[in-house]
Amino acid sequence: MVEIEIDGKTLQVEDGSTVIEAAHKLGTYIPHFCYHKKLSIAANCRMCLVQVEKAPKPMPACATIVTNGMKVFTHSDLAVKAQKAVMEFLLINHPLDCPICDQGGECQLQDLAVGYGESASKYEEEKRVVPDKDLGPLVSTDMTRCINCTRCIRFTAEIAGFMELGQSYRGERAEVMPFIGKTVDTELSGNIIDLCPVGALTSKPFRFAARTWELSRRKSVSPHDALGSNLIVQTKHDKVLRVLPLENDEINECWLSDKERFSYQGLSSSDRLTKPMVKQGGEWKEVDWNVALDYAAHALRDVAKTHGGAAIGGLLSPHSTVEELYLAQKLLRGLGSENVDFRLRQSDFSADGKRAGIPSLGMKIADISGLDRVLVVGSFLRKDHPLIAQRLRQSAKKGAQVSILHSANDDLLINLTARAIAAPSQLPALLAQVVKAVCALKGASADAALSALAVSAEAQAIAQSLASGSNTGVLLGNFAQQHPQAATLQALAGQLAKALGGKFGFLGEAANSVGGYAAKAVPGAGGLNAAAMIKDPRQAYVVLGAEPELDCADGAQALAALQKSAVTVVLTPFKSQAMLDYAAVLLPVAPFAETSGTFVNTEGRVQSFYAAAKSLGDARPAWKVLRVLGNLLALNGFEFNSSEDVRSEALGSQTEFVSGLDNGLSLGALNLSASAAGIERVTDVPIHFADALVRRAPALQRAADSAAPTARMNAAMLSRLGLAAGDLVKVGAGGTANASLVAQLDAGLPDGVVRVAAAHAATVALGPMSAVLSVEKA
Amino acid sequence: MALIDTINPLLTTGWAKGDAGWSLKDYEARGGYKQLRRVLESKMSQDDLIAEVKKSVLRGRGGAGFPTGLKWSFMPKAAPVKYVVCNTDEGEPGTFKDRDLMRFDPHSVIEGMIIAGYAVGAKAGYNYIHGEIFETYERFEEALDQARAAGYLGDNILGSGFSFDLFAHHGWGAYICGEETGLLESIEGKKGQPRFKPPFPANFGLYGKPTTINNTETFAAIPFILGMGGEAYLNLGKPNNGGTKLFSVSGHVNRPGNFEVPMGTPFSKLLEMAGGMRGGRKLKAVIPGGSSAPVLPGDVIMDCTMDYDSIAKAGSMLGSGAVIVMDETVCMVKALERLSYFYYEESCGQCTPCREGSGWLYRVVHRIEHGEGRPEDLDLLNRVTDNMMGKTICALADAAAFPVRSFIKHFQSEFEYHIENKKCLVDPEVQRMGSGFFKAGAA
Amino acid sequence: MNTPNTMLSPELSPESLKKIDREVAKYPADQKQSAVMAALVIAQDEKGWLPKETIAAVATYLGMAPMAAYEVASFYNMYDLHPVGKYKITVCTNLPCALSGGVHAADYVKQKLGIDFNETTPDGMVTLKEGECMGACGDAPVMLVNNKRMCSFMLPEQIDKLLAECK
Ligand SMILES: Cc1cc2nc3c(=O)[nH]c(=O)nc-3n(C[C@H](O)[C@H](O)[C@H](O)COP(=O)(O)O)c2cc1C
Ligand code: SF4
Ligand code: FES
Repeated sequence: MVEIEIDGKTLQVEDGSTVIEAAHKLGTYIPHFCYHKKLSIAANCRMCLVQVEKAPKPMPACATIVTNGMKVFTHSDLAVKAQKAVMEFLLINHPLDCPICDQGGECQLQDLAVGYGESASKYEEEKRVVPDKDLGPLVSTDMTRCINCTRCIRFTAEIAGFMELGQSYRGERAEVMPFIGKTVDTELSGNIIDLCPVGALTSKPFRFAARTWELSRRKSVSPHDALGSNLIVQTKHDKVLRVLPLENDEINECWLSDKERFSYQGLSSSDRLTKPMVKQGGEWKEVDWNVALDYAAHALRDVAKTHGGAAIGGLLSPHSTVEELYLAQKLLRGLGSENVDFRLRQSDFSADGKRAGIPSLGMKIADISGLDRVLVVGSFLRKDHPLIAQRLRQSAKKGAQVSILHSANDDLLINLTARAIAAPSQLPALLAQVVKAVCALKGASADAALSALAVSAEAQAIAQSLASGSNTGVLLGNFAQQHPQAATLQALAGQLAKALGGKFGFLGEAANSVGGYAAKAVPGAGGLNAAAMIKDPRQAYVVLGAEPELDCADGAQALAALQKSAVTVVLTPFKSQAMLDYAAVLLPVAPFAETSGTFVNTEGRVQSFYAAAKSLGDARPAWKVLRVLGNLLALNGFEFNSSEDVRSEALGSQTEFVSGLDNGLSLGALNLSASAAGIERVTDVPIHFADALVRRAPALQRAADSAAPTARMNAAMLSRLGLAAGDLVKVGAGGTANASLVAQLDAGLPDGVVRVAAAHAATVALGPMSAVLSVEKA
Repeated sequence: MALIDTINPLLTTGWAKGDAGWSLKDYEARGGYKQLRRVLESKMSQDDLIAEVKKSVLRGRGGAGFPTGLKWSFMPKAAPVKYVVCNTDEGEPGTFKDRDLMRFDPHSVIEGMIIAGYAVGAKAGYNYIHGEIFETYERFEEALDQARAAGYLGDNILGSGFSFDLFAHHGWGAYICGEETGLLESIEGKKGQPRFKPPFPANFGLYGKPTTINNTETFAAIPFILGMGGEAYLNLGKPNNGGTKLFSVSGHVNRPGNFEVPMGTPFSKLLEMAGGMRGGRKLKAVIPGGSSAPVLPGDVIMDCTMDYDSIAKAGSMLGSGAVIVMDETVCMVKALERLSYFYYEESCGQCTPCREGSGWLYRVVHRIEHGEGRPEDLDLLNRVTDNMMGKTICALADAAAFPVRSFIKHFQSEFEYHIENKKCLVDPEVQRMGSGFFKAGAA
Repeated sequence: MNTPNTMLSPELSPESLKKIDREVAKYPADQKQSAVMAALVIAQDEKGWLPKETIAAVATYLGMAPMAAYEVASFYNMYDLHPVGKYKITVCTNLPCALSGGVHAADYVKQKLGIDFNETTPDGMVTLKEGECMGACGDAPVMLVNNKRMCSFMLPEQIDKLLAECK
C-alpha cells in the first residue's frame, strides 16, 4: 500500500494503482476518454492530464503509477490548462453535429466540452471528413466523429479476443476501421457502442429512434442463457427501443452479448400474437380472453376426465419465469398430471431421482475468474456462453490454464492449454481417461469402470494441466447436458472434481435452467419427462413459451406428437405456422420485458424484475393467464394478487440464492461403452436461433452468426464421401427424413461426424440432436 | 560521398577507402574486434566495462545526449532475457551520419553492440535500419554473416562462453520509429507508436524484456573508447562532452557531408571545413541539431562551439549533430512550412495534441506562406505549440513545436512581412537560384 | 498497362515464403509477428503492390489478425496499397534536400513525365511520389527508385539518365 494525496485528500491505495484509480476511490472525477477500467491502458487521448508535484509536465492520470507521498492536483491551473488544451484539439476536427447525433445527450465529449471547452474554436481550417465503415447489421458508424481513443479496437482485441478493428494510416489521417471488406462479427460486438465515448459507433437498430432524455428506464434480467445478465431496458411510449448492460461485476461485468442486447427487436415482431385465438371447425378465430380461457379450461378438463390427468403433458420453455413455471406445473398437477418438464433439449434423464439436489454451476460466476485450471466439457462456449468465454479468455491471459474436451474445435479465441476432440459417442470414455489420468497423478483410486481404459495423449495433457493447479473447475456445457449420456458425463465430472479437490458444475443453457428445478417444473413420481411425453404422445399438451419443433431434443418427433394430440393449449408471445397447425387454443402471453418475474441464474442467484413495458395488444403476463386458468378449473391455491405472491410460494424465503443446489449424483456403475455405427451428428444450437425471441430479432438474424445451417465435415470425411465444400448434400436420418444442405469444411471436427445445427426450420426434419446420419451428394 | 573532412579521425578512420573498406578483413586490419577480444579474454567484469564507458562521458548520439554508461547501468542484473537494440532509423531531417557509418564501417557498430551485450548481459540484439537505405541494410546483413562466420557472433564467442547474436530489422518509412519505444513496437511487428514511459526500456523493452537502446554512432564509439581508455576519450572533447562527434552538414555550403570533429569545435571551423557558404553568400540561419532543434540566427551560431552545452546555452540543441545551413536566399516561412509538413506527415496519430496539433500548425503556416495569413496567426501558432508541448507520449509534438516557435521568435518580422504583403520577403527568383539546381541563367 | 493484375492469387510464391521464413528465424519463436514488415516488403516485391488479399495472406502466414497486418501496411510509407508503375520514383523534398534543389528536382521530373506526385504515367511505367528525409541529405537532391535504390546528386543530367532507364 502507498499513501498519496489528491487535491489535498490523502488516501491509501494498492501498489501499482494508477492515479485515476486512486482518484476514483476518492470519488474524484478526472476527465478521460481512452481510459476504461476493463481495457489495457493506451494513454493516447491525453484528456486526463493532471499536475503531479515535482513533475515538470502534466501527467496522464490513467497511466501514471502512484508512488508513496505523491501529491496530485487535478484542478490546478496547470492541470486545467492542459485539459482545456486537449479538449480544444479534440474538437477542432470534430463535426460538432450534436443535434443530429444519436449520441447527443449521452456523449462524454459533449459533456466534457461543456466543462472544458472554449465557447468558440480558433480553428478555421477545413475539417477532416472520415468515410464511414460497414461494420455489419448491429453497429452504425459516423467515423468523422471518432476521436481515435482506440477503445473499440482494444475491446475487439482484448475482450472479444480477435482484433477485428484497427487504426489504419497515421497522424491526422489515422482512421479506425475493420479489415477492408470485413464487418465486426464477434458475438460481443455491441459493446463497442457503449465503449465509444462519442457518436462514432452507435446502435444500428436504435438509430434515430429516440433521444436519450425521452426514454424511460427499467432494470431487467436477460431471458437468454443462464448467466442472467443485468439489463437496463429503455422504452418510449411503451415500446422497448434499446437494451443496455447494467453493470454487475458478479455477473456480466459491464458487458452484454449481442443476443442479449439486440433480441428486444423480436418483441415487435409481426409474429406477435396479440389476440387470443381458438380453432373451431378447422378455422382460426380471434376471440375474447374469456372465450379462449373457457375453451382451454374445458378442453383440458375434458381430456383429464376422459383419459386421466396423465394424458396431458406440459412442455415448458426454460426461458419462462419462475412464476410461470411454478404456476404451469401447479396447473398440470392440479389436473392430475405429473408430466411436466422444462428440460426440452435434454435427452438423457437417467439422473432423475438420483440427484443430490438441483444441478447448477457449482460455484459463483465470479469464482470462474479465480480458477487457475479449467476444463470445459462439451460446449460451444463462445456462442453458448459468450460472457463466460470472455471471463476465461481474460483468465488465460493472466496465466490460468484452460482446456476443452468436446466434439468440435471452434476457435474460442482463448489461449487453450490442451484440447481433446472426439465424436460425441467417445466423449464419456475420453472424459473417463482424464479422470483416470488425474487419479494416477494425484495418487487417488479411480472408479473401477475406468480400469480397462487406455489414456490418450490428449487426455493425459488435460490431466496434467488440471493436476498442476490449486483451484480447478470443470464446466459442463450445453452439449454435455444435451448428450445422450449426460448423466455419465456428470458423474465423471464429479469424480474429476473430487480427485482434484476442485469444483464442477453446469453452464446453464437457459435463463431458468436452475429456476425450473426450483419451481418444480420437472416430472414427479410416475411422470413423463420432456422426451418421454413426446415419444409417447399425449392426448393433450400445455405448451408454455416454447416452439417444441425447434426447442426440443427431437423437434420432428415433438411436432408429430403435437399434431396427433386432440388438444394443445399454447401460451405464447408469438404465433407460427406450426402452432396454427397443431394447436387448439393460442393464448397471447407477455414476453420478457412486458411482464414481471424471476430468473434463477446458473449460480442459483434469484433475480426478479418488473415489466419494462405494457404488453402488446391483448397479451397478458403468463402468470395471470395461468392463475385464471387455475381458477376456471376450480383448482386450489391459485389466489395470487401479484407475481411476487407467486414467487413467495414458489421460492419461499430464498430471495437471494435458491437452496438445495447440489451436483452430486449416485448413478451406480458407469457405462462407458460407445455405440454409434455410421456418421454421428454433432449438433449445435446457433446463438441466434436458441429461443423464440432471438429467432425473431431482425438485425441479429442478419448477423454473421445467423447463417443458415450447413453440413460441416472435416477434410477426410469430405473426401471419403466424394464431396467438395460447397456441394449440395442430402443429409438423411432414419431412412425417411432428410434435409438438403451445403457441405462445408470444418477442419476442427473429428472424423466420422457431420455437424448440423438444430433449432432451425431447415433441419427440424432430421429429428434428434444426437443421431446417426447418412450424407450423400444431392 | 563519404567523409569530407576531419580533425581527429576515430569513428571515421575506416572511411578512407569509401565503399571498398567496409569488410571484415579491412576492419580487422585496422585493429577491429581487438577490443571485443580483449574484453572476452580478460573476462572483464561488467561493472568495470560500464565504468570505463561512464568515464568517457560518452553521451548518446541519437539526439537526447543521455550518458551512455549510466543508461547501461540501469539494466537489471538478474533478468534472464535482455536485449540490446541499435537505433539506425536516422530519419531526422538533416541527419545522415549513421548511414555512412553503416556503409563504411559496419563492423564497428557490430563490435560496439556485442560489447554492449556483454556489458548488460544480453544474448541477442537487433539493429533497426531506416527503410529508405535498403542497400545499407543489405550490406549490414552481409557484415553480420562475416562476423558470424568469424566467430564474433553466435554461441560461445571466441571460446569465451559468452553468446550473443545480432539481427538486422529494417523499417519501411516512418520517422517515428526513431523514437526508441516506437522502434521497439516496430520490431514487434506493429505500428511504430511510442509507448508511455515509465516503464523505460531498461525495465520493459523489446518483447517486454529489459532492453538497452542506443544510437548507431554511440555503439560505434565503444570500441574506440575501450581502445584509448575512457579518460583519453573524454579529453578529446571537453568536460561533460566527451570525445569526437560526427556532424552532418547540409544546405547552403559548398561541401555538404559528414565531418568528425572533437566536441567543442567552433561552428565557424566546421563551416570552414564544409567549404564555407555556397556562392559566398551570407549566413542567415542554422538548425544545429536536426530539424527538431530550434533554429539559430547566423550571428548567434557563429559564436557557438559544437557541443551539447554551448548549443543549449544559445537556445537550441545539439541533437543528432545535423547542421542545416541556410543562407539569405531562404524564405524562412517557406522553410518552416516544409518542416511543419514533415511533422504533420510523420505524427503517429495516437496522442490527441500531436495528431490534431501538427496538422493545425502546418495549415496555418501553409496559409501564411500562400498569402492568406492573418495578423493573429503568429499568436495562434504560439498558443497551439504551447498546448502541444509536454502533453504527449513522446517528444514528436515538441519536435513539431520547436521549429515553429524558434522560427517565429528569431524571424518574426519576416513572418509579419509575409502576412502583410502576402508574399515572400526574399525574391522568388533569388530563392530559386539558391538551391544550385539550375545552372546560372538557365530557365 | 503494366499494373499488376488484382486477380493474382493472394498466395505467395515458394521463393517469397522461403525469404519470409528467413526473416521469421531472426526473432524468438513466439514472436513471428516481428517479421511482418519484412514479409510485407517481400510480398510487395513479388506482387508489385499490396492487394488486401495479399496482406491477409501474410497475416495468416504469420498467425496474426489481418487487421493487425493492415495497420502495419498502412502506417509505413513505402508500402503500396494501390497499384504503382513499374518504377516508383520517390523524391525527397524535405528542407535539407530542398536547400540543395530537392523541390526543383521533383518539379523537373514532373515536367518531364507530365505527371504530378501520386500519379502514374499513362503507359504505367513510372509513379512519382514525394518522400520525406531519406537520411542522405548530404547527397541532395536524392531520389529512391522502387524503395530500394538510392540515387544521389540528382541534377538535371542525372535525372535525364534515370528517366531514360525507366523504360
Ligand atoms: C521523434 C523522435 C525521433 C527520433 N529519432 C531518432 C533517430 O532517428 N535516431 C536515433 O538514434 N535516435 C532518435 N531519437 C532518440 C531516441 O528516442 C533515443 O533517445 C536514442 O535512440 C537513444 O540512443 P542514444 O542514447 O545513444 O542517443 C528520436 C526521438 C524522437 C522523440
Ligand atoms: S470509434 Fe469511438 S471507440 Fe473507436 S476509436 Fe473512435 S471514438 Fe474511440
Ligand atoms: S484517459 Fe488518460 S490519456 Fe486518455
